[in-house]
This record gives sequence, structure tokens and C-alpha cells, in this order.
Amino acid sequence: MEELPFVLEQVVNGVVVSAYYLLIALGLSLIFSLGGIVNLAHGAFYALGAYFAVEIERYLGFGGALILSPLLVAGIGIVLERTMFQRFYRSDPILGLLLTFGLAMVIEQTIRIVWGAAPLPFQIPDFIRGQLFVGDMIFPYYRLAMLAVAALAVGGTWVLLNKTSFGRVVKAGVQNPDMVAVLGISLAPIMTAVVALGIGLAALAGVLLAPISGVHPAMGAEIITAAFVVVVIGGLGSFWGVVIAAVLVGVVRGLAIHFVPAASEASIYLLMLLVLLLRPRGLFGERIMRFE
Amino acid sequence: MIYGKGLTRRAILKGSAGAAALATLGAPAIVGAQSDVIRVGHLTPRTGFLGPLGEYAVMGVTLATEEINNAGGVLGRKIELLAEDSVNPSTASTKADRMIGRDQVIAILGEISSASGLAISQVASREKVPFIQTGCNSDELRGKACNRYMFHIEGANTMYINAVGDSLKREDLVKDKKWFGLTADYAYGHDLLEVSRRYADRNGADFTQNELVPTDSTDFSPFILKIRRARPDVVISNLAGNQITNFIKQYKEYGLDFPLAGGGFDTAAAWGAGPDAFAGIWPAIWHHTLDNPTAKAFTAAFTKRWGKPPENQAWGDYLGMKILARAIAEAKSTDGDALVQHLESGAKFDVLKGREGYFRSWDHQLMNEMYSIRPKPRDKQADQWDMLLLGDPVPGPGEDLESIATIRSESACTLG
Repeated sequence: MEELPFVLEQVVNGVVVSAYYLLIALGLSLIFSLGGIVNLAHGAFYALGAYFAVEIERYLGFGGALILSPLLVAGIGIVLERTMFQRFYRSDPILGLLLTFGLAMVIEQTIRIVWGAAPLPFQIPDFIRGQLFVGDMIFPYYRLAMLAVAALAVGGTWVLLNKTSFGRVVKAGVQNPDMVAVLGISLAPIMTAVVALGIGLAALAGVLLAPISGVHPAMGAEIITAAFVVVVIGGLGSFWGVVIAAVLVGVVRGLAIHFVPAASEASIYLLMLLVLLLRPRGLFGERIMRFE
Repeated sequence: MIYGKGLTRRAILKGSAGAAALATLGAPAIVGAQSDVIRVGHLTPRTGFLGPLGEYAVMGVTLATEEINNAGGVLGRKIELLAEDSVNPSTASTKADRMIGRDQVIAILGEISSASGLAISQVASREKVPFIQTGCNSDELRGKACNRYMFHIEGANTMYINAVGDSLKREDLVKDKKWFGLTADYAYGHDLLEVSRRYADRNGADFTQNELVPTDSTDFSPFILKIRRARPDVVISNLAGNQITNFIKQYKEYGLDFPLAGGGFDTAAAWGAGPDAFAGIWPAIWHHTLDNPTAKAFTAAFTKRWGKPPENQAWGDYLGMKILARAIAEAKSTDGDALVQHLESGAKFDVLKGREGYFRSWDHQLMNEMYSIRPKPRDKQADQWDMLLLGDPVPGPGEDLESIATIRSESACTLG
């Protein structure tokens, strides 16, 4: 088995790359699971995050962009949630889907008008270029940093949802919004915060991936399908499901590229098909009343 | 440059929306009775992955139209440009049909995707209206799919490969060298792979390793790991559009130092990668730093009009309109057959390069100089657009322009 080290390398790389899938799927999953909105504009917020980062970086460097851009996009998210999303939490999911689909188009075309259609250059910051060699394996520092940020984002979100009173209200609200209201808790501000968090995470992913996958108007449309695949494999409502699905997708795609490169993108859809055949709610999907 | 893509959610929705709009708006035709304007249709992808290039195409053709009209038009008539997003082959075909049937355009210009270009050429041929394509590279369009009403300003894959191959030979990266290919997994990529394989076989390179890359791949790391294990002498890119930008950036990220080269390229890909990330030896059909009077005048006019220098796709569509206007003036007619006859007569055109160009009569390919490009050292760059170092023209000054194009005996085209 002289091929084994190569395969192992692809598996380890797949785990590193899973940060990519995790970052784009986490925010989507949050809004999907907690707000019941199928946010087709997730990719557009991801793109906005990247474009804002390009502008901010000119003045405040990459660090400034990494912090400010997601905050700004989350701010836009708050406005949209108050004015639009809010009206759709209790309605047929298809309406929210149509709303966000329209929103995605509006944002993408706005980007085209403001920044033009040509891709904008955005480079990996100087201080984090270079590669780490472990034995015969190679890891760019930037990807390791991305993995660390993704882990932090997952950890932070988990603590917020599981260890705080905020999280308890959110979870109760998902299962039974009427009961939460009867208890005298207003869900509205909480949902605003959840949507802002989800959209902010999309923007964070945009900033982090911009140096690797380019800044152009269609960048959001490019990742949205993969993000949905991860959420669907992980299972609706499941936090760790998304994490495990991201790792699975990263590894399966790496292995596919090793053995049948032409099928690399198809492999993640096959994985989804397989998971859905065996577990129709996804790996760790919960039974959520209003989606049944 | 060509870019094709499977049917997406967006494409379906846009397609159906477009069809609906067509049904309602299509009826009241606005055909001014043989008015005193000459209508010219322009179709090119303006959204999706080829959108960035399409945007330059529209800027180029718009500028050319303005210049012609400001100078009094052609045959005393102004040119009216009808420019639309071609979206995909079926929409492109529908729009071409409508432009000719309803709007009575006398010619169609543009396109970047070879698949859409083929669809437009079929409509143009049926209606006997010239189609001057400015961005489709596939050899097949000049070969098996060639037709009497289609002319090619864009270089064919064979011309691109020969242009870059010349540079590679000079650096001793061809004979007995191990090539590792990455190929965009759709029509254009396969066409380019076939052409580059033929080149490798003829010139003694070992081109056995090749990976097909799906067009929706954004992360190239698993491919880069394979390249690292294979230890090739040269990495050959047959990638397309955004793929090139992403691959170059990530190749740099992993710090691999095998020389990089490719068979298809647009300046926008380098501008998108940024000055630090761009690497490799690539072919180019035109570049705004070309040192000759008409190229300089075009670059100056374009920069004044649009606030940034022209990309090579802007050159193609600008030139397309200029050549069409010249042909109308010289043929003294806007009749399709008269224009075709003039264009294939071997008439010489200023193509904003060192030498004049002409359309070859038997496959309608524009014969003109090509170049190779590579990164310009950081300290030599004048501004953010000045990232590329342009090589000498290929073929060289004394050589026949046809020496880089497909040989007639190897072409499946049966024109002329």
C-alpha cells in the first residue's frame, strides 16, 4: 500500500478544508433551524462580507476587515430582519424562500453596479503566508488559521446557545413559540439577534475565503449550494450535525479527487443522497413540529 | 475565453422569466421602416461566471460605436447598437433570432462561450447574417462547426497553445519534460486539452498526467497535493474563467515551485489574482501595454471613457465593430452576403497590433499576432493594471501569420 500516505494526506487535508464548509454552513443552519427561514440570500451576505473587507482592508488592514466587515453586514441583517424576515417566521417556508431569493438577486446586482463585474484582488495578509510542514505533509498557515477561526466560531455559537439564558429562550422558541409568549418572553428581539448572528457568520466566511477563492459578484451563488448540502447532511436543527457534515464533505471530496477527480463535486451530492436515503432528516436532524 | 456551466436554479428562473417577458413584449415590434440607422446586434454573457469578461466586451463595443458615430457613421448612416445578455445557448439563440427577425440587425457581434457562439452561428447562417464572434476559443467552431456567416476575431485554441508553446520551448520546458495538466471539465477545456496534447506529442513533451476539474470547484487544495506528489516539470492549466484566478492564488498559497503555464488566459484573471499571487507563462491575444500607435490610442480612449484600461475582451469587441464598419464602408453595402464576401476576400484590417490582420478565406479565422505574458516584477509595475510582462509577437516579424494556426489539411472545415 504505497498509496496510503497519499490517501492519508487527502483525508487530513479534507479535515482542514472542512473549515471552509463549516464557515459557509454554520450561519445558514442557524437561521434555518431557529428562524425557519430558508435563507437563499446567505451567499449574497457572504459576498457582501468579502466586498466590505476589500474596502476596509485599504484603511485598517486585514485584521480590521475581519472584525468590522461581519459587524457591518450583521447590521444590515438587523435592518432586513426587522423590516422583512420577521413577517415570515410563522408563514409557509416557501414565502421566506421567495423573499430571500429576491434579496439574493438584489444584493448581487447591487454589488455589480457598485464594484463592477470584474473580480477584485484580495490577498492573503503578509504575516500569515507560508506553509507548515509536518513530516511529508504540507499545510498553509492561512488554512490552519481559518480552521482555528472556524473552531472558535463553532465553540462560541455553541456556548451561546447552550450555556446562556439567551440560548434557552431561542431553543424553547423553536419548539413552541406560543408557550414562550405565554411565559411573557418577547421572541422578537431574540430572533433579530439570531438572524444578525447567522448573517454575520456568512460575512465572516466571506472575509476569510476571499483571499482563497476570489472576490466577484457571483461568489455567493457559487457557495450557496455546497452550504445547503452541508446543512441537509447534518440535519435540520442539529448543531453538531453541521460540524460533522462539514468534515465529512471535506474528506469525501478530497478522497474523490484522489480516486476519481472528475467526480469531485458530484461526490458531495452523492454523499447527501446516501445520507438522505438512510436518514431522511439528515445525520442528526431533529423533529421540528412546523416542518413536519 | 469560454465558460460553460450546467443548468442552474438561476438559469432556469432567468430563462423562464425571459421567456415570459418575451411573450408579452415581443408582439409590438418596433421596426422603423428601413430607417436611416444601421442596427447591429451584440450578444455576450453579462451575468454568471463569464460576466466579468462580458462587461469589458460591452464597454469595448460601445466605445467603438460612439467613435464611428462621432465621425459621421458609415455610408452616411449612424450605427445603432442593440446589446443584450446572451445568458446561455438557448437564450442566445432566441435573442439572435429576434434581433435579426424583429430588429433587422445587419450583423451580430460578440459572445464568449463556445456553446452559445455555436447556437448564434446556426441562427446567423440560417438568416444569412454575418456573425463576428469575439471570445470563443474552441477549435471546433473553426473546424467541424465552421460556417460561411461566422468570423472569428478570438484566437483558436491552437493559436493560443502555439503562442505559449514558443515561450516554453525557449525556456526548455517542452522536450522530454513531464507535464501535469489541470483541465476544466466541459467543452472548452476538453478542446484545449486535445490541442495541448497534440502539441506535446509533436514536440516531445510527456503529457500523460491530467486531472479533470469540475467547473464549480473553488477549492483546489486536493489537486495541488496531487501535483506536489507527482513532481512534474511543468504544470499546464487548461482551466477557464474564475478557475484560473483561484488556482493561481492557491498554487501560490501552497508555495509549490514547479513552473506554471496555460493554454487560455484573460487579463482579468491576473488582475483578479492580484500582483503578489499571479504566476506562470500564459498566452495573450492583446494587452493594453502594446507599443504601437493604434493600440495606444484605443487604450487612451477606453481609459478616458471607462476609467480603467481595456482588458483583452474589450479589444475583441471594439475591433469587431470597427472591422464591421470598415467592411460596410468598403463593400458599400449592409447586405449579409456582400459583407461575407468582403470579409473573406483577404482584406487587411488594422487590429491594433504591430502587423495588420486578415480573415483566412477557408475557415474565417482572423490571422494576427499573438503574445506570451508572465508576471512583471513588483518594482517595475507602474500601477495596479501593469502586472504583466508582454513577450515578443508570435509569429515573429518575418514569419507567416498562418504559422501558428491550424493547418488546412488538419481542419475539418469545408468552406472555400
